[in-house]
Amino acid sequence: MNSGFILSWIDYSVMIIYFAFVLGIGWALKRYMKDASAFLEAGRSMPAWVAGLAFISTNLGALEVMGMTGSGVKYGMLTTHFYWVGAIPAMVFLAMFMMPFYYGSKARSVPEYLKLRFDEKTRGLNAILFAVMTILASGISMYALAILMEKVLGWNFHLSLILSAAIVLAYTYLGGLSSAIYNEVLQFFIIVVGLLPIVILSLKDVGGWHGLQQSLAPIVSSKGFAPDTWTTTWKYTGSAAANPMGVEWYGIFVGLGFVLSFGYWCTNFLIVQRAMSAHSTTAARNTPLIGAIPKMFIPFLIIVPGIVALVLMNTPGKGFTLPLNAAGQPIYDYTIIMLLKQYLPAGVLGLGITALLASFMSGMAGNVSAFNTVWTYDIYQSYIRPATNNKAIDDKHYLFVGRMATIFGVLVSIAAAYLASLFGNIMDFLQTIFSMVNAPLFAVIFLGMFWKRGTGHAAFAGLLAGLLVALLHHGLTFPAGADTLVKGGWIAHLHAYPVEMAQSFWTAIFACSTSTLVTVVVSFLTTQKKSDQELTGLVYSLTPKLNEEAVPWYKRSSTLAIVVLTLVTILTILFW
Amino acid sequence: MGIDIKIPIGLMFTILGLLLTVYGFITRSDAALYTVSLGINVNLWSGLGMLVFGLLMLALSIKSKKQKPQ
Repeated sequence: MNSGFILSWIDYSVMIIYFAFVLGIGWALKRYMKDASAFLEAGRSMPAWVAGLAFISTNLGALEVMGMTGSGVKYGMLTTHFYWVGAIPAMVFLAMFMMPFYYGSKARSVPEYLKLRFDEKTRGLNAILFAVMTILASGISMYALAILMEKVLGWNFHLSLILSAAIVLAYTYLGGLSSAIYNEVLQFFIIVVGLLPIVILSLKDVGGWHGLQQSLAPIVSSKGFAPDTWTTTWKYTGSAAANPMGVEWYGIFVGLGFVLSFGYWCTNFLIVQRAMSAHSTTAARNTPLIGAIPKMFIPFLIIVPGIVALVLMNTPGKGFTLPLNAAGQPIYDYTIIMLLKQYLPAGVLGLGITALLASFMSGMAGNVSAFNTVWTYDIYQSYIRPATNNKAIDDKHYLFVGRMATIFGVLVSIAAAYLASLFGNIMDFLQTIFSMVNAPLFAVIFLGMFWKRGTGHAAFAGLLAGLLVALLHHGLTFPAGADTLVKGGWIAHLHAYPVEMAQSFWTAIFACSTSTLVTVVVSFLTTQKKSDQELTGLVYSLTPKLNEEAVPWYKRSSTLAIVVLTLVTILTILFW
Repeated sequence: MGIDIKIPIGLMFTILGLLLTVYGFITRSDAALYTVSLGINVNLWSGLGMLVFGLLMLALSIKSKKQKPQ
């Protein structure tokens, strides 16, 4: 990077105050951590608004913030598809139709739901894949944080890595999931407050939204698109060539809006765990709905500044440039950091940097707290030391194991971060592969919840087949202009997609369809070993309807769901 | 569980808000500092905003404590 930031005492003071509170929350929760349930499930006691903000904050990791601002430069408002059609319907579906089974089954994790609904091997496969995937993700995010600290603040790479890992370890070790969740809420507010000045200042600089549209027109036209492509969402999705994403409306609708987003939001334990920590079924259902409201406004916080950055880059007088990578290409992911530098004086600059640090830690702590739950309940308790009849001893023992898993998780994350620094491509590849797990998993869980005939053997076969098809599709196709095998085509070059995104949409669509097909076919070939009684609370048709009459109408999930869907429809129309 | 998260959120934003408000007030005539932010004293405004938010959170936590005495 050409030039670093110079932070003053006021910036460091803001940072230190924030981290003092982060650690303080962990410390204050320490005395409540009496058993494994308190540590790993937050004792199922969270109010819906706390769980809801944590739900959205876990997803608002720094890689997301940096990546989405970068996408704002590259695709403009089209990036909002990841927030509106690509998240809200799935979150509403999770709340209304899936949460009653996740929560009501008393399962402590998504893999455990699979065990209750299907069988042990399906749980085992999912638990192991999930455990490896979360640790890997946590390592990659730590690596990105340390690189950022090194390049931007001039801090030592190793010191940043160890220090951030130590802070996350301290508060998750002390207060477990509760501590992770409470800190995610704190992080959510600091991210909003820290980034808001950039949104206001950058928009003011280009003359507001209308000024932005006017300044964008010549820039966008010179790229060969219609002048308002960067400030609209669906208008130019009639053909793939008319928009910078290179995907048509049905690709966005089916690939992103259905397969990818339902796969991510409805099955990822990292996310679902937040809702499972709520204090009642209604609170658990309201968690994703409450999270959906800030979710749909996050684009204004992180995508809009990215769009302004495109104008700044093309206005010589502004002195705004993105750092270049080794190949001479601008590093779009650094847009948000360069904007911090462009607009913020000492004081709020410290706040902005703290917001970025906070988002890194929220991603990392989320991964670690999901990992230790799956490890303790789904791997250790299932295969290594099953529960005994002595509940008191068990509680203590699993609490100890949960704490050790936290330390172990952080240590392996550090190792993964160093691996990422040595073999960046391999880590990217692994992450791509693991991202393929979600689409088949959604197919299997969906069938499990809504079709009582689905059997254990079928679920296992469906999961495995979906995964293999995803791998095969990734190995046989590649995005145009791919220079590494990481992007695909490592078996043969059968088909070329115009952009990487189209490839990942289609990978997910193929995986999800295969998984559905295999699960249905194998279910008919095998017998259902679970009785109707065993499946009560796990399958829609065998579970008594949820009665919300005792809840006042304005607190009911259905009311909230209507509000959420109405709001997102209004936003979509406004920015059509 | 255990603690009311509104208290730490309220305390933190009150402290940070005070810090930035005071810093913004002291540096209000430092034109060089605020050239990057288009001449706007963002420290003062952000600080005041955070202070209001922090105090609101604290007020809400006192209110919910009164409703549910433990």
